[in-house]
Amino acid sequence: MEAIYAHPKSLKPIQTKYCPGCGHGVIHRLIAEVIDELGVQEKSVLLNPVGCSIWADLYFDFDSVQVPHGRTPAGATGIKRMLPDHLVICYQGDGDLAAIGTGEAVHAANRGEKFTTIFVNNAIYGMTGGQMAPTTLVGQKATTAPFGRDPVDAGMGYPVKVLEMLATLEGTKYLARGAVNNVVNVRKTKQYIKKAFEAQLRGEGFTMVEILSQCPTNWGMDPVESNAWLESSMMPVFKLGVLKDELSVSANKEAGK
Amino acid sequence: MAQEKRLMKGNEAMGEAAVRAGCQAYFGYPITPQNELTAYMARHMIEKKRTFIQAESETSAINMVFGAASTGSRAMTSSSSPGISLKQEGISFSCGADLPLVIINVQRAGPGLGGIAPAQGDYFQATRGGGHGDYYHLVLAPKSVQEAADLTYEAFDLAEQWRMPVMVLADGMIGQMMEGVSFKEPKDPAKMPRKPWAVGHQKNREANHIASTQLDPEKFNIVIDERFRRYDEIKAKMQRYEEQECADADLVLVAYGTSARVSLGAMQMARELGLKVGMFRPITLWPFPEKRLSELADPKRKFLCVEMSKGQMIQDVRLTLNGRSEVSFFGRSGGLIPTEEDLLAEIRRILNK
Amino acid sequence: MTEKTFMAGFGGQGIISMGQLWVYCGMKEGLEVSFFPFYGAEKRGGIARASVIVSSKEIASPLVTTPDSAIVMNMDSLPLCEENLKPNGIMLVNSSLVKTSPKRKDVKVVNIPCNEIAESIGDVKFANMVMFGALAKATGALKLDKLEEVLVSFFGEGKSKFVPLNMQAIEEGKKAVAV
Repeated sequence: MEAIYAHPKSLKPIQTKYCPGCGHGVIHRLIAEVIDELGVQEKSVLLNPVGCSIWADLYFDFDSVQVPHGRTPAGATGIKRMLPDHLVICYQGDGDLAAIGTGEAVHAANRGEKFTTIFVNNAIYGMTGGQMAPTTLVGQKATTAPFGRDPVDAGMGYPVKVLEMLATLEGTKYLARGAVNNVVNVRKTKQYIKKAFEAQLRGEGFTMVEILSQCPTNWGMDPVESNAWLESSMMPVFKLGVLKDELSVSANKEAGK
Repeated sequence: MAQEKRLMKGNEAMGEAAVRAGCQAYFGYPITPQNELTAYMARHMIEKKRTFIQAESETSAINMVFGAASTGSRAMTSSSSPGISLKQEGISFSCGADLPLVIINVQRAGPGLGGIAPAQGDYFQATRGGGHGDYYHLVLAPKSVQEAADLTYEAFDLAEQWRMPVMVLADGMIGQMMEGVSFKEPKDPAKMPRKPWAVGHQKNREANHIASTQLDPEKFNIVIDERFRRYDEIKAKMQRYEEQECADADLVLVAYGTSARVSLGAMQMARELGLKVGMFRPITLWPFPEKRLSELADPKRKFLCVEMSKGQMIQDVRLTLNGRSEVSFFGRSGGLIPTEEDLLAEIRRILNK
Repeated sequence: MTEKTFMAGFGGQGIISMGQLWVYCGMKEGLEVSFFPFYGAEKRGGIARASVIVSSKEIASPLVTTPDSAIVMNMDSLPLCEENLKPNGIMLVNSSLVKTSPKRKDVKVVNIPCNEIAESIGDVKFANMVMFGALAKATGALKLDKLEEVLVSFFGEGKSKFVPLNMQAIEEGKKAVAV
């Protein structure tokens, strides 16, 4: 008989604390599946960021390190430089990466640090209860943007497009944006993650996969509505696809076979 | 075996000592008056194929150290006062995660951007847990280039022994001056034992998680209690000091680092005048050497705390002596180093001689 | 024996290297030494000062406030050195550039035309080494008995070709101090 389902080895068989419809669970599973496929569970280290995914170390069955809010790329730099043959995953939310830790992210990318950032962009602060994120859309409501994000009169700025910003840096080698709102996008996102991890293990430069993810609780929607909102509102601003691929030919050949 | 003496700046000597202690990774950001240390590490770490990164900020530097230390590697950073303020977040997290790492603070005058001249205004920050939360870490205070090298070398061992950051609290004088220094034997980082708690190489064991968070107050209380039992053990075993001519002293000068050098000079001048003056020099600022200082308390003996600040260590001196001896203060701030002559005048004033 | 020296001049006169060589020689002669520099914020042409101590016992404050000997390499440094020098201390004055006589009568003043002597050797840059020799002779703090060997290790292999001229400058400086 052919096995059509198995729980990933790198993910503990327990229920997560994430809200119904939250994207973190799916993203965790994709990471765990890729790690299993690459056979690197014993050589993986995840940095779990401040935010809802601070719980990631409860679910992933491999080593983890938790640094202060936003310092995730700095911590990942220290770990990867000491363990160059390991898979180091810098898991970051939009606040961690694009607000408090912008400096760390930009400079790690610019140095071409050889770890992979998984950037979970849900356009809102989850754990602290729905505050405006750097990626919150114009007009989107948040507890700290009660009348909607207003870049002009209230001076709240515009959604930060992280990949587009990092693409100008020579140290970045692979930047792709996926989403987890439907099966097709989930599968594509998994391919991006796999390509980034393989590139990292080959010792190529900085790799990042941004993933548009749902936060039904703080968006004030049910899970089904939130899938639709992600597509209708987020995707026009944060375009899906591979934004930069300067990986070596061998990396691309392997991914294509 | 001790090597032949070399003439070096304190900053460079601390760098060489760290390299010899098997430091595998250095992360720093330029700031005066400790720049020679960062430059020394750049040259010697890269030459030895170890890790050196000029970080984008102090905040990043300490968190790179945090990451490297999480793998069980010997890692350090260095800075001066304003930069150390920025590192406090990372130091609090390191204490919360029980990570061994080494931090060197070549103090300059503050607050704010302040000046670049030597000062001792970071005593509170260093010894009280300068970041948020309930914690302490070892603080070692060298008085000379030789001691700066020796304490830096030892700091890596102490950090691992006690599973905590160790701060070497120097100042601009110790960093910038040159003295003769000999070094201990170099250690090979490749031969250091792997730490059972570290991340990486997860073979035949449960996953290791380096973290400082615990949202259950009951459980967190237990974690902190356990850490404080370790602090008690450190207080029992680690108090270090140097004592000169205290036995018959009517007045004991209490000073650390550069201030202790000035105090030594003033003490010698006072003794030549027939004044019974001694000196007590804490080498560990945390734990403060309260056991021995307390033994010296006597209603007939006075104490004079000498600092390059407006008076910070004096609080520990007063707490220790607990009203049993009179304590007064002599200090200079803003980057001034007190002179032996001015201190002697104060000694004579106190002793009415 | 403890010899506390205060050296003062302007940036570019070699105050720092003179002080470093002084303590390096002291260290090689088995003495305790300390060297603490002070520069102006300017990279060139500002003030340059050094607190320099060689001693047979542990050195107290590395900051020299009441020197046993003072080196005055330029005009601007004279008032400061005069103010601090210990009574009966030795003041070594670069008479090539310092044309005023010190006012104090309780110190021993030794005038050395460092620049002229250095120029006669071939380069005014050796003025600091001329003064170095004079300091050794006038204070007697250092023996300088293995000078060549010490200079070679101080300058390093790459710059050892400068050793003979430096030695000559130091010798001329010694000679310039009247016995």
